[in-house]
Amino acid sequence: MILSPQRALLHLALALGLVLSCSPRDQGSKPQSGASGSAPGVTLTGAGATFPNPIYTKWFDAYAKATGVRINYQSIGSGGGIRQFIEGTVDFGATDGPMNDQQITAVQGNVLHVPTVLGAVVVTYNLPALGKTTLKFDGTTIADIFLGRITRWNDPRISALNPGVKLPGMDIIVVHRSDGSGTTFIFTDFLSKISPEWKTKVGNATSVEWPVGLGGKGNEGVTQQVKQSEGAIGYVELIYALSNGLPAAELKNADGKFVEPTLKSVSAAAASSKLPPETDFRVSITNAPGVDAYPISSFTWLLVHKESRDSAKASQLRAFLKWMLQPEAQRMAADLHYAPLPVPVIELVQTRLGS
Amino acid sequence: MTAVTEHQPPPRSIPQAHASLERASYGDWVFRILLTLGAISIPVLLAFLVYQLYSGSHLAIAKFGFNFVTSSTWDPVAEQFGAFPLIFGTLVSSLIALLIAVPLSLGVAIYLTEFAPKGIRQPVAFLIGLLAAIPSVVYGLWGIFVLTPILRSSVFPFLRSTLGFLPFFRGPIYGPSMLAAGIILSIMVMPYVMSVSREVLLAVPNTQREAALALGATRWEAVITAVVPYGRSGIIGAIILGLGRALGETMAVTMLIGNRHEIGASLFAPSYTMAAAIANEFSEAVGDMHLSALAYVAFLLFLVTVVVNAGARLLIWRVARGSGVGSKAL
Repeated sequence: MILSPQRALLHLALALGLVLSCSPRDQGSKPQSGASGSAPGVTLTGAGATFPNPIYTKWFDAYAKATGVRINYQSIGSGGGIRQFIEGTVDFGATDGPMNDQQITAVQGNVLHVPTVLGAVVVTYNLPALGKTTLKFDGTTIADIFLGRITRWNDPRISALNPGVKLPGMDIIVVHRSDGSGTTFIFTDFLSKISPEWKTKVGNATSVEWPVGLGGKGNEGVTQQVKQSEGAIGYVELIYALSNGLPAAELKNADGKFVEPTLKSVSAAAASSKLPPETDFRVSITNAPGVDAYPISSFTWLLVHKESRDSAKASQLRAFLKWMLQPEAQRMAADLHYAPLPVPVIELVQTRLGS
Repeated sequence: MTAVTEHQPPPRSIPQAHASLERASYGDWVFRILLTLGAISIPVLLAFLVYQLYSGSHLAIAKFGFNFVTSSTWDPVAEQFGAFPLIFGTLVSSLIALLIAVPLSLGVAIYLTEFAPKGIRQPVAFLIGLLAAIPSVVYGLWGIFVLTPILRSSVFPFLRSTLGFLPFFRGPIYGPSMLAAGIILSIMVMPYVMSVSREVLLAVPNTQREAALALGATRWEAVITAVVPYGRSGIIGAIILGLGRALGETMAVTMLIGNRHEIGASLFAPSYTMAAAIANEFSEAVGDMHLSALAYVAFLLFLVTVVVNAGARLLIWRVARGSGVGSKAL
């Protein structure tokens, strides 16, 4: 057969195209089929919150090693997690803010919120003049700062909370998250509980209309903005503040005590907010009672179906959830600076899963 | 001579030649179909995109209508949305970027084609081209860690003290601001404008230069009167390419602009852009109206780019009457 150069090229291109389009799929499917030979062959998929992603990844990895059950998790954000759960494209969702009633109606109430770990929000600031002194705030003062009512650091209301601290006469630069986030949800949930004005003027959501301030993208964006501007105040996740050694204000809790944000004080908030046995776990634990409770704490949840059509997947998921509540798995959470669930909550979740 | 015998291929029989001809036309036919499909897929994709944006935003369009474009509220809790500050921020930050980048890149392009020693032309062009390969998140990080501290501590205070009589350079200095975003955008846009205008200037025929020089022009005059005007439509094309890049840039801008839904005359004040708002809020937007409003913003961004591109095309047609480098290509 005699081929003209053009035709030879065409053949070559077509052949190359075929090879290229087939080969990655082959490579992708081989290890999968190999693995499913040894494992039970069920792969669970989930999507949602970014905040617990590090611990979820660690859990799913450890669980796969222990049992061979693979769980794929995409941290696409709480909003996306809830949406995909409602649409049924994932086996479970994950969210930092509970589903609202309208969303629960969308799945005919077939959802259980399973708390996994706790998160908290820390108020951080940049006042080099203070040295090692930690500032104290109460909720109303923070609300007024973020509402733009208190604009200077030497405002008498801040001074009253911090006797003996010499506060500079600087302007307060407010920094908040610009991206929608569970951190903002928890923070504004706390402020809405404390300040009626905040509740009516701003409200509580993953992103809100901020009366004042600059927006930073992500915890790192807020942190950089605070670090670089003297006189700035902002809020970040507890884990981020702990692992970066940021100054963290002590906050006045519902019992009138000033509490430092630590894993212990966050777990305490979950322990002391008495959940009724029939709870659906969709509870806010900001401003929780209890002497040791840190006031801006919250659960983060996995969303699972109460009743599932695919019973194999449902039982696999339940097995994982029970494994996750074991002390060993909860210790992994503490290693990554996530506040573990307190024992009464674990027991409550266990009884609920058992049914 | 006689010893050399000529080897000629035996003449093909007619049916054989016919078959090979048929095979060739079959190959042509397949190739043609493939290319046609490829060409059709672009407008189809575009139409699908417009349809998706429109259908995704119909909730917000029904509720807010045209007020969305003029209103400044952005309140996800009360589900009240307006995109005016976003549109304003997008256009102004891109404008600042062009104001800085265009003179700079044109200067570099002219230097590299007309004045620079032969040995450094290629290396410098290559280095500037490299700027285009840096991911925008890296620009953003560099902006946060290096650029904004410098701007806040020295550049902005200097501008305020010297140009403070203008409303653009007044007010408190935070660092993240419209001007910071414009500056980072100008750096990101520069390689595009520079590379394309350099290609355009290289394509200007030497006779243009020679004619100008023969008439007694200096080299500088030759460039300004004969070379640049010859390539003006191509240069406008280069600027439009840069503008398109600036309008759509997301990551670096959101890291430096301060993300505030507000309109102010001061360039030191934080602002917001359409692309940044979508990227920031989309993943955690829970309410349908919130999502729909973001889709509406995306739709508007699309419209803005279409309008800008159409305007640019008109400009090129008007400028390029007659001939010139790049007028046909663009």
